[in-house]
Amino acid sequence: MSKLKKEHELYNAEKTTSRRSFLNKLWIGFGIVALAEFIGVVIAFLMPRKTKANAGAFGTIIEAGPEDKFPFDSVTAFVRGKFYLSRLEDGGFLALSCKCTHLGCTVPWSDKEKKFVCPCHASSFDIRGEVVSPPAPRALDIYRLYIENNIVKVDTGKRIKRGEFRTDQAVYPKQD
Amino acid sequence: MKPQERQFTVRPRYFHRIFQSIFPDPIMPQSEQERKRYLIKNLILHFRPATVPIKTLRLSLTWALGGMATVLVLLQFGTGLLLKFVYEPTPVGAYNSILVLQNEVVFGQLIRNIHHWSANLLVLMVFLHMLRVFFTGAFHPPRQFNWIIGLGLFGLVLIANFTGYLLPYDQLSYWAVTVSTGMLEYIPFIGAQLQEILRGSGDIGPATLSIFFAIHTAVIPFGLVVLMAFHFWRTRKAGGLVIFRAPGIEMEVKPFRVPTLPNLLVREVVVALVLFASILIFSMVFNAPLEGKANPGLSPNPTKAPWYFVGIQEMLMHFHPLFAIFIIPILATIALLSIPYCNYQSNTSGVWFASHTGRVTAFTAALTAMLATPVGILTDAYIIDIAAWLPVLPPLIENGLIPFSVILGGCVGFYIFIKKKYGALSNEAIQAVFVLILIAFLILTVTGVWFRGPGMSLSWPF
Repeated sequence: MSKLKKEHELYNAEKTTSRRSFLNKLWIGFGIVALAEFIGVVIAFLMPRKTKANAGAFGTIIEAGPEDKFPFDSVTAFVRGKFYLSRLEDGGFLALSCKCTHLGCTVPWSDKEKKFVCPCHASSFDIRGEVVSPPAPRALDIYRLYIENNIVKVDTGKRIKRGEFRTDQAVYPKQD
Repeated sequence: MKPQERQFTVRPRYFHRIFQSIFPDPIMPQSEQERKRYLIKNLILHFRPATVPIKTLRLSLTWALGGMATVLVLLQFGTGLLLKFVYEPTPVGAYNSILVLQNEVVFGQLIRNIHHWSANLLVLMVFLHMLRVFFTGAFHPPRQFNWIIGLGLFGLVLIANFTGYLLPYDQLSYWAVTVSTGMLEYIPFIGAQLQEILRGSGDIGPATLSIFFAIHTAVIPFGLVVLMAFHFWRTRKAGGLVIFRAPGIEMEVKPFRVPTLPNLLVREVVVALVLFASILIFSMVFNAPLEGKANPGLSPNPTKAPWYFVGIQEMLMHFHPLFAIFIIPILATIALLSIPYCNYQSNTSGVWFASHTGRVTAFTAALTAMLATPVGILTDAYIIDIAAWLPVLPPLIENGLIPFSVILGGCVGFYIFIKKKYGALSNEAIQAVFVLILIAFLILTVTGVWFRGPGMSLSWPF
């Protein structure tokens, strides 16, 4: 009996300290690494691909038209670029994304009410994209807009998120 | 030896021998003994237990809800397989392939209708099955983990429905999925990333459609088969279903069991056939909805999520998105997962609504929710305007933390009230809070489905 016990202890001791146990742990370690690699492959595979169209890249710049085409205090829809060109009362330009900041519905401009009203959850935005009524948490996103030779151009490559309207977001035509 | 050989050469009986090799046992077992043997030998029937406690056969225990869910899943596999031959998962082709399916494929409309209505019915069945399990205490040991597997199945069914919702690519599906995946953006830290992974790009488009198609037609069916097998196996390991008993009656240790064949199987087949016939008739009369082709430039008014998510959408009308989409659903999920692991004072397996007190408290909870929820919705819509009263508070607090704390406080207060007023056990009090939240959620869903008109303002459905 005691001999058996001794053998048992010996076996146990061997189990924890011997080369065998080291190799066992090594194999388990390799197994975990291999598993992690497979999971990594799956995750990398499923990740969304990088879109080639980055800001300023070919095809993202849309020429809206000559600046005097747009009357003050008006909104013009650009379906292709998915944005609204809004001209403020003081003549400033803003390129507003047509997506509601709440859940991404397309907001139509209502000329009568002078605001964007989201059909999904009744958020509304004024001509500057500012939230008039929630649940939308922030103002409509904007796109970079610039005026070259009196032509208004909008870069739709990158949407700019903003909390609220600030006067420096509007672009004004040069006064000659 | 010899005479046998001779007979063999005289009468080969090829057909009989082949048939015997496929079905070694009698097809129509006659005696009790043969039936028992048959159940074990048959591959498909082998899934069923040999005997079942006789009391679990009564319809008023299970309402055959789990069985009907199983039948619906099988029906989905069958009809889905057929649809896959016609459907084309691209934004350009998807809608047209549905039109082809409906107008040109023989029985195409019928198969689509069956798939559509069974899918919706499946959500309902799985949900009702969950309620049945909860209210008969079938989550107590040894069935604790099976509750978790069941929740997993519920999740899979919801994902299956939701991914299938996009596939027709009409206005309804495009905007419902836009709104639903738009909700993900409010999950802190990983939300935007998660949304992009699910959509495959910034917007709903070709990538979204192939991702949803893959989930719908490969990931979900595989997951369902695995989890269903696991679910049934755990049920068998628990010795069958919970055994019905009246409050105050001891649990039966050795229930009287009867052979599954024919007692259970005949009932199952009857339920399956009645259900199948009902769906068939329903699908012949009512077509699955199909609206105009998806138009990313025009959101229909109102745009609603699929009906099983409308409750969450309705919460969006009352809470800051971070709470409506993230904190409350996460807490609800944790609460559901922890149901079998709460500290209960007694094991109420098999007793409807736990006890006599449980029935009273559940009824009280249901009444409270039926009064409080509509009142809450109306006051929030027409009276409460914290933003105007306290304009200094950020939206996260005035529209999130404050209403959420009120609701949470209400639930905790209700738990204490039930315990004090009725001297309820933890079983009954937890059940009461469950009923309270359940009924509130149901009313939110009903409000969202029928009482929200254009601009999502409150309106009458007629």
